[in-house]
Amino acid sequence: MTKKKMFFRMISASLVRRRSRMLIALLSVAIGAMILSGLVTIYYDVPRQMGTQFRRYGSNMIVLPKEESFSMEDGEKAKAVIPEDSLVGAAPYRYENVRINQTTVLAAGTDMEGAKASSPYWNVDGKWPSGSGQLLVGKEVAEKYGLKVGEPVTVTYTPEEVYGGDDGTETEDVSDAAGAASSETEAESETEEEMILDNEMDFQVTGILDTGGSEESYIYMSLDDLAQLTGEDGGLDILELSITAQQDQLSEYADQINEAVDTVNARLVKRVAQSEGTVLTKLQALVLLVTIVVLALTMICVATTMTATVTERKMEIGLRKALGASDQSIIQEFMGEGILLGAIGGLIGTVLGFFFAQGVSMGVFNNSIVFRPLLLPITIAASMAVTGLASMIPIRATTKIDPAFVLKGE
Amino acid sequence: MSLLELKDVSKIYGDLHALDHVNMKVEKGEWVAIMGPSGSGKSTMMNIIGCMDTPTEGQVLLDGRDISKVSKKEQTIIRRDKIGLIFQQFYLVNYLTALENVMTAQYYHSVPDEKEAMEALERVGLADRAHHLPSQLSGGEQQRVCVARALINYPEIVLADEPTGNLDEANETIVMDLFRQLHEQGTTLIVVTHDPEVAQTAQRALVLRDGHFTKETVNNNFTGVIHYND
Repeated sequence: MTKKKMFFRMISASLVRRRSRMLIALLSVAIGAMILSGLVTIYYDVPRQMGTQFRRYGSNMIVLPKEESFSMEDGEKAKAVIPEDSLVGAAPYRYENVRINQTTVLAAGTDMEGAKASSPYWNVDGKWPSGSGQLLVGKEVAEKYGLKVGEPVTVTYTPEEVYGGDDGTETEDVSDAAGAASSETEAESETEEEMILDNEMDFQVTGILDTGGSEESYIYMSLDDLAQLTGEDGGLDILELSITAQQDQLSEYADQINEAVDTVNARLVKRVAQSEGTVLTKLQALVLLVTIVVLALTMICVATTMTATVTERKMEIGLRKALGASDQSIIQEFMGEGILLGAIGGLIGTVLGFFFAQGVSMGVFNNSIVFRPLLLPITIAASMAVTGLASMIPIRATTKIDPAFVLKGE
Repeated sequence: MSLLELKDVSKIYGDLHALDHVNMKVEKGEWVAIMGPSGSGKSTMMNIIGCMDTPTEGQVLLDGRDISKVSKKEQTIIRRDKIGLIFQQFYLVNYLTALENVMTAQYYHSVPDEKEAMEALERVGLADRAHHLPSQLSGGEQQRVCVARALINYPEIVLADEPTGNLDEANETIVMDLFRQLHEQGTTLIVVTHDPEVAQTAQRALVLRDGHFTKETVNNNFTGVIHYND
């Protein structure tokens, strides 16, 4: 048998056959390791979890045209810059002034699935439109016209040239995003209305949109329906993107989009991106602080247990020295026991830590957590380092034990 | 040249002279008993001969080398290489088996050899108890494990402090018989005892009182077999 094998045989025998005495130390290391691995898991998973949470508050990047509008193809190009696994939702919008019951309403043509994904906070009473001829009506519009889910509604569009091609008016209305803003246009065009050929299209209201915001003053239809109603494909006025990424990464994506597509200007929705970053920084600092405190407490507990162990085993230490053990051998054996204890505690703690993190994640974010295999060796190594460090002072006391102590039988 | 020689050795603690100008010689292969009442200086002498303490004055020569002024580190090396210790209280590591306890002495000395350790246990009649923990062994069996451990590294001197002090008569006979066998094999034995029957078994007995040797008895009828005076 080699000396190394005998060394492991001795230290493992000490831990296994004296398990009732080492249980408290093992428990404290395991709990420390559990908190460590759990919090580190949360620390690294929080950005992902928080990102998902923040995406519920809507888009964090908008792509605007440099001039009047940009093409669908350019929109697709911009969207393609974002990695698929980071893109939560992409909603292209084209806005046009239309009329319901002879009054102007702002209509948005969009990809319903994209809008649903990028604006999860939108509350729809009824159903989202899923095909042609279906309309999602903002709550404000629905109240104004007495529209209810399931009711038919006729939407009219007057081609621009009828108004004399006043582009400025239309653009202003879009940015104003309020039906009231079009009342002047309505008054001006009232007399001309009878002379023109309006485009009309019948829709069925499938849902009423309640957001608490300006979206309630719009009506929403598919891009195809809007193209059919207006008689032209038109371009996109805005592309809203909801992306799971931190602020720095988002800025990089925006730059990449601006480089890749020269007709658009991508910008961060600063309010969302910044508050996400602030919350993350604070949360991660808190996790770090708690981890440090827990590790310090674990060290104190292990140091106390090791001090008691050295005192309790004074006779054994004296005997080993009497048999010819050097101070270095005794230190190695006790340090070996401490480190082995750390390794076992670390292993148990990592497993418990995953369940701890899972519990926290389910409770706070209602989302399951991803197990990181790398955390196993890291936690075990950290536990070994903590127990090794905590054992140093108590173990140094072994050098002061006199082997004659054993012979005197004291 | 004697294997062990104490020249004018004193150990002084404040005003107390635990050993006071003691002289002693032990030849290689000799079996010597040191007797004395409590407080006579037996333990101090054990510590000095066993290289666990150094004298205040005088010289201790082991195999011709003066060990009276060596450092703690050198004391450890001498203890490991030249001396086998047997204690009254047995002193086994309580979480190691009998076999592992014997191997521990090998571990500190050189390289652990399970086969050799098992043979040492066979010599003391404990092969079948090799994998038992000390708590599963009787007092006599524990002391026999200590004997096996003391012998495993072939020490020049086996130093036994009251080796039968905690044993019943049957186990005392077994242990003394082991000592006789060791002596026959040429091992030098120094046995510290207060038991006259154990002391009489040795070739030579020295009586220690108040830090001095007061009497020396040579056993002319030495057989190495213990005789009880009823």
